[in-house]
Amino acid sequence: MTASGDPFAQREIALVDLLDRLLAGGVVLTGDITLRIADVDLVRIDLKALISAVNAQVPSPFAAVDDGRDPPELPPTRDLPDPE
Amino acid sequence: MTDELRYVYAVCRPPAAPLHADLTGVAGAPPRQLVHEGLVAVVSPVPERDFAHEPLRAHLEDLDWLAETARAHQSVVSALTTVTCPLPLRLATVFRDDSGVRAMLEDESDRLRRILDRIDGHVEWGVKVWLGDSGDGDGGAEPPAARPRSTPESGRDYLRRRRAGNAAREESAARAEVFTRRLYGDLARYAADARLHPAQTGPLTEAGSGRNILNSAFLVPRARSEEFLELIGRAEGTQPGLRVEVTGPWAAYSFTDGPEATDGPEATSGPEAGETP
Repeated sequence: MTASGDPFAQREIALVDLLDRLLAGGVVLTGDITLRIADVDLVRIDLKALISAVNAQVPSPFAAVDDGRDPPELPPTRDLPDPE
Repeated sequence: MTDELRYVYAVCRPPAAPLHADLTGVAGAPPRQLVHEGLVAVVSPVPERDFAHEPLRAHLEDLDWLAETARAHQSVVSALTTVTCPLPLRLATVFRDDSGVRAMLEDESDRLRRILDRIDGHVEWGVKVWLGDSGDGDGGAEPPAARPRSTPESGRDYLRRRRAGNAAREESAARAEVFTRRLYGDLARYAADARLHPAQTGPLTEAGSGRNILNSAFLVPRARSEEFLELIGRAEGTQPGLRVEVTGPWAAYSFTDGPEATDGPEATSGPEAGETP
């Protein structure tokens, strides 16, 4: 870790930002044990709904703005719907 | 040791300075450097009972396990960024043994070197834009109802109020889009490269953050990072109701697809940089 006051000092990292990078980024190498993470069932706690990065296809970065008529409900519901 | 597999965090060029002795990786073991033909893989032993195919698959369904593993992975990569410019690997890249890792370094040598060249001296900054006041949890787009409490609202009043609400929401969405496109364009021109991540939604997103309308990453020369952050600082606060959040510096997680792969699925490279209004 770098000293505080340094612009490169790490703040506490939100899990959602971390998973954006670790599940969708990073170089993909074919390991001896290779799971395509997006193909993992991810059913038990419906991680697909939790982790936007796994649902890789986002047609427009501004989709949320373009259909601004129907903002998604916040805070999130307790029972997660199917991601699709 | 047949019950141990090799977890690989990152690849970098030698000589990487030695890692801090206290550093622990996934599964608690300290990472070490495995050098092969001019490349270094940073690896640590992990137990087969957790990282073989089936247990790994099961663990990835467990958010607590996933979070713990992701944080351990990141702590090793983060430590590496203080001594070198590592090429981070996707979470849970696992090999049988050291010779499997060496074979990978050999097979992938060209690609790895190409990406290492590209990210050398760079860091990644995450930039997100949120629409809506933080704290109220409704995205802030809906103006508060102005009708007096005592008089019942007529259908006509209701519709008028709905329309006013919709118009206000559309206007703020339009302003948000202009701001966001301009910010992304400005930053993308300054950065060596830019990527868009899917907008963050769902339970992992902090309640009250509002709506995430931009989730982007920029590859920036380390030496120019302060200027990059100043660029964001100047844009920040110019639009009421919009909040800009910066994360990083990260290792170049979002830029590991390599320069040759730009016509692949990473065609998400976003709004045209020159398209600012």
